[in-house]
Amino acid sequence: MYATYLRRELAGRKRQTIIVAVGLAVAIALVIMVNALAAGVREAQAQALESVYGVGTDLTVTGAAAEPGEGGGQRFEFGSEAGQEAGDTTTLNQSMLTTDFRRGTLDASVLETVLGTDGVAAASGALSLTNSTFSGELPSGGFGQPGERTPGDGEAPPTGGADGEGGSAFGIDSFTVLGIDPGADAVGPLASVEVSDGRAFDAADSGELVALVDSSYAATTEITVGDTIDVAGSDVEVVGIVASTSDSADTAANVYLPLDTAQELAGVEDVVSTIYVQADSASAIDSVQTALSDELPDATVSSQSDLASTVSGSLASANEMITNLGTWLSIIVLAVAVMISVLFTISGVTRRTREFGTLKAIGWSNGRVVRQVAGESMVQGLIGGVAGLVLGLVGILLINLIQPTISAAAETPSGVGGPGGGTGGPTGGGGGGMFEIAQATDIVLSAPLTPWVLFAAVGLAVLGGLVAGMFGGWRAARLSPAEALRSVA
Amino acid sequence: MDDAEDNEEIEMTMTQNQADAQGAEAPPVLYRLEGVTRTYTQKQRVVKALTGVDLEIGFGEFVTIQGPTGGGKSTLLQLLGALDKPTSGSISLGAAELSSASPTALGRIRAEEIGFVFQGFNLIPTLTAAQNVNMALEPLKLSGEERNKRVDEALVHVGLADRGDHLPTELSGGQQQRVAIARAIVKRPRVLLADEPTGNLDESMRDEILTLLEGLCAEGLTLIVVTHDSAVAKRASRRLRLAKGVVTDITRG
Repeated sequence: MYATYLRRELAGRKRQTIIVAVGLAVAIALVIMVNALAAGVREAQAQALESVYGVGTDLTVTGAAAEPGEGGGQRFEFGSEAGQEAGDTTTLNQSMLTTDFRRGTLDASVLETVLGTDGVAAASGALSLTNSTFSGELPSGGFGQPGERTPGDGEAPPTGGADGEGGSAFGIDSFTVLGIDPGADAVGPLASVEVSDGRAFDAADSGELVALVDSSYAATTEITVGDTIDVAGSDVEVVGIVASTSDSADTAANVYLPLDTAQELAGVEDVVSTIYVQADSASAIDSVQTALSDELPDATVSSQSDLASTVSGSLASANEMITNLGTWLSIIVLAVAVMISVLFTISGVTRRTREFGTLKAIGWSNGRVVRQVAGESMVQGLIGGVAGLVLGLVGILLINLIQPTISAAAETPSGVGGPGGGTGGPTGGGGGGMFEIAQATDIVLSAPLTPWVLFAAVGLAVLGGLVAGMFGGWRAARLSPAEALRSVA
Repeated sequence: MDDAEDNEEIEMTMTQNQADAQGAEAPPVLYRLEGVTRTYTQKQRVVKALTGVDLEIGFGEFVTIQGPTGGGKSTLLQLLGALDKPTSGSISLGAAELSSASPTALGRIRAEEIGFVFQGFNLIPTLTAAQNVNMALEPLKLSGEERNKRVDEALVHVGLADRGDHLPTELSGGQQQRVAIARAIVKRPRVLLADEPTGNLDESMRDEILTLLEGLCAEGLTLIVVTHDSAVAKRASRRLRLAKGVVTDITRG
């Protein structure tokens, strides 16, 4: 009889039931979609970060940023004997491997310090470099005539005639290089890559002129396993092609070298630019970060959340929009829907004073009346919840069908550049096409669905109904049967 | 309300009237009211709805209560129906003392021993006639089979065996009141309290309902009916008048 009464009451006031259910449905659909999109954005952020930091990296330790005036970009320097002269032109070809002048490096001994810190499960160091190659022809006598001014900082050099006679024609190519410990693949950039051709590094590759090449870069430059590439003037054999484990992200660098090989080719000492740290457990991350910051005051220790904040581009905008607008919109709509439900329930109880008074007069207890009111509200909430669930699922399905692409740019730890980053102007100053500071990736935004969200969403709707039922039931319980009878006498 | 009756002044106690009307064989007492007073506070003014009412009503009696509006009829009906408690004095229904019972106990008494019939029928519009009748059995925790059996019997009793699946809006006023009576008697109460049960009915329907109520009374059900209609009152075995919170018995012969 309880169910019959409940069903007929709800069916008897369809408009009210529909309004409450629709309100709750919209709110629940928003909650589901915002949650799914937030999860999608988190995944996208993780992808953007993993492409740079690898899977399983909890913390990174990097050198402190260089003060203005420190460092300074390296530049191509050609001696009088450099190049081959032919008539009025000199053919030049020079390749060099440089560190990021904007950020300091860490001594390799820091890795030992990190590994010796309590709570650190694994760590590996990497050296971020950029290989730049100058190749082309220049006038043997230099640019212009005596007395004429020379190109200033940031100005493009004269290009000369199309045939090179009396002018110049040159190109500057660059690619990013990451020197890594060939024996460490549990943590660090190689943790998020897989070998698509050839082989991976092993410990025996240490000090060898061997390289792994990112699959996208390899495809662009038509490099295959067995080829040699010019790195800092040395021929390096490509032993493997690697690709990101994520479909929608590139790897952290164009070319990977054994760390000591990279150090030697770059002409640097035993240094690294980034140390990738994996903590024992998620709960240990904070304490490890604090300990490392204390032990390495000159270094920058960043957590995943710090790193997440470095993700920029439209992904960051999407994250901000979903976090702020989406969450608040969901909360506001849910609150309004519950409030409408409460108001309708209370007004329904007031309208049904005669009915509840009669029921009390024929022996219904307060509890039974309250259960009736609360039950009706809860079923309204359940209807809204189920409708919201369907609406939310349809929304998620649409998002996943449309597959919106958003750009993400994760700031690299030490100036790991994107493909094709140019070098400075001819004078070595801050000319056009400086080092990229972030690795831009287009990521497909998905809206993954987690089962608990579905239960939580329906539960939220039922809870909303229950809240409304509590208010209505409280009002119904306060209804004196004598008053009710008096009102109908 | 009958003005001539309003002016009658009969200074006899209820028990004396009852003895006179029915001879020395007074029925066993169902209700006993002693010094019942009920006051309300409205806008900081104390209103005396009932003033020291002493009254006994026996099993199987058909009692009508008449009187002017605001005279305390509804208040008395609420006290008899265990919907309210007196400010002072005592009311007993059989062995149960209503004036000191807990709200839960009063609810149980209403569920088991008292049937209500209202002027406006007070049926739940979304439920069928049978379902409306069934609602009165909800607190009794009977089996589904027993409930259906009782509902069918009650509808047969009021002559609506073939209208059980009709909604109230599909029934005439008289039929709706019959459904209300079926709802009141389905629990097999000891007393049926009716507040203007024929107030919304035309003359022929009124007679139908009165005949039905008389039949129930003849079967042993105690009837207490608040009415303004002297035609109804004339068919009662006892007629009470309630004015200014004081009950008097105006029963003839």
